[in-house]
Amino acid sequence: MCGIVGLFLKDKSLEPKLGDMLTDMLITMTDRGPDSAGIAIYGPGTEGRAKLTVQSDTPDADFAGLDTALAERLGGRVSMTVKDTHAVLEIGKGEIDAARAALSEIRPSVRNMGQGESLEIYKEVGLPKDVAARFDLRGMSGTHGIGHTRMATESAVTTMGAHPFNTGPDQCLVHNGSLSNHNSLRRKLRREGVHIETQNDTEVGAAYITWRMMNGATLGEALESSLVDLDGFFTFVVGTKDGFGVVRDPIACKPAVMAETEQYVAFGSEYRALVDLPGIGQARVWEPEPATVYFWSHNAVPTAHEKAA
Amino acid sequence: MQTFDLEAQGLRQLNATLHAQADDTNQTAWEVVNPRGSHAIAVGLDAPIEVNVKGSTGYYCGGMNKQATINVHGSVGPGVAENMMSGMVVIEGDASQYAGATGHGGTLVIKGNASSRCGISMKGIDIIVHGNIGHMSAFMAQSGNLVVCGDAGEALGDSLYEAKLFVRGSVKSLGADCIEKEMRPEHTEILRDLLERGGCDAKPEEFKRYGSARQLYNFNIDNAY
Repeated sequence: MCGIVGLFLKDKSLEPKLGDMLTDMLITMTDRGPDSAGIAIYGPGTEGRAKLTVQSDTPDADFAGLDTALAERLGGRVSMTVKDTHAVLEIGKGEIDAARAALSEIRPSVRNMGQGESLEIYKEVGLPKDVAARFDLRGMSGTHGIGHTRMATESAVTTMGAHPFNTGPDQCLVHNGSLSNHNSLRRKLRREGVHIETQNDTEVGAAYITWRMMNGATLGEALESSLVDLDGFFTFVVGTKDGFGVVRDPIACKPAVMAETEQYVAFGSEYRALVDLPGIGQARVWEPEPATVYFWSHNAVPTAHEKAA
Repeated sequence: MQTFDLEAQGLRQLNATLHAQADDTNQTAWEVVNPRGSHAIAVGLDAPIEVNVKGSTGYYCGGMNKQATINVHGSVGPGVAENMMSGMVVIEGDASQYAGATGHGGTLVIKGNASSRCGISMKGIDIIVHGNIGHMSAFMAQSGNLVVCGDAGEALGDSLYEAKLFVRGSVKSLGADCIEKEMRPEHTEILRDLLERGGCDAKPEEFKRYGSARQLYNFNIDNAY
């Protein structure tokens, strides 16, 4: 069992409250996943800049002087915001690959959580309320975000086993369920040269989506083909630069509830997660259909049909 | 009318209070406010009382019900009226998966849609759905009636025993050993009564009946021990 929450804002006036609303939703889902928690939030970006969220188990040592050291290697401007075990490094837009390569040399114990122009990912082991407090999730603003509470079934309770998983620039995935063919798929993806770090089933699902998009599929196509290539139970929620998507496996035993009003589109594993949202009493509330890919986007052309960068 | 604030008084207190009502209680009308999607609201009741839940609920609302009438003024999560024995449960909104699962008796009315596995392994309950139902509904259904005024999803009535299924709209596909059957006068009469009990604005003549072809392994006497 795991819990998923997601919130996509249509009403700009709610953006300063995104972190606050998502945190309440996340904490309500503690019963479904008390092992670890994580959140992906799409906040304000800076034109021409990119963000790299990194994590360290020894943040005091690893993050000390990291911005200066990285700036030296990249030869450009680097700004760093540290939150507990995570740090967000703001670098030049085209410098993500160079920065990751440099990081693996100057700070080998620092781990990559996410990358993109607006995406920041925070995840740790612990109760959702404690994880939220460590990163001050309540104070974050943004256009949309997704969160996850984990009850581990397939692999160890570790930071790297927590969700969301980064699947590409400004893209991430959370999962409720269990994949049964993740071992064979992991071997196959590794043969294709895809880096997979843990024994976690969802990381394989995320790597699969990334691999499909690296080979020319759109996010929508990658999710469609996941219905064929992934065996097991899943409700996936994916975050994109301008919205989010939902897909459930054809058996659809993992729960999902959606709510939509003029102000937002919300996702919850259970209705309980949605009860404090404004105007929920008048919202259109429904259960997403099995084996159907849904997207909500700020773009006229949804991200699902755009080619990955 | 007794009003119970679930948020203030808590779930254990609610169910303990409702369980304490006997056959001859004078407190026959109850209202539950602030359900906020909570699980296991009004489960295991065994008294002829009426409970009105003012809002949407989570898992297992009205489970194992005997005698009581439970009205939910909202939608319900998975497993509503699971293993109901008698009485009546009415949902004004939609129901999530496995509504009325394993129910032995009583009537479950869903005024919106029900999702997957509605009436799975039903054993005598009557389920009346005003809208549509999802895939794998009435899987291994043993007895009772399932009425669907809208459409049915994939694999309706897979591995069915003696339950009767009535569908007004389309059926996406029938499960293993489930077939369309002739609507005889006695079925029309059963259905007329069910539609009336469910408050449906539909005529029995508009429905098709589905049931077991009785061709699976268990139906062959040579396979009996």
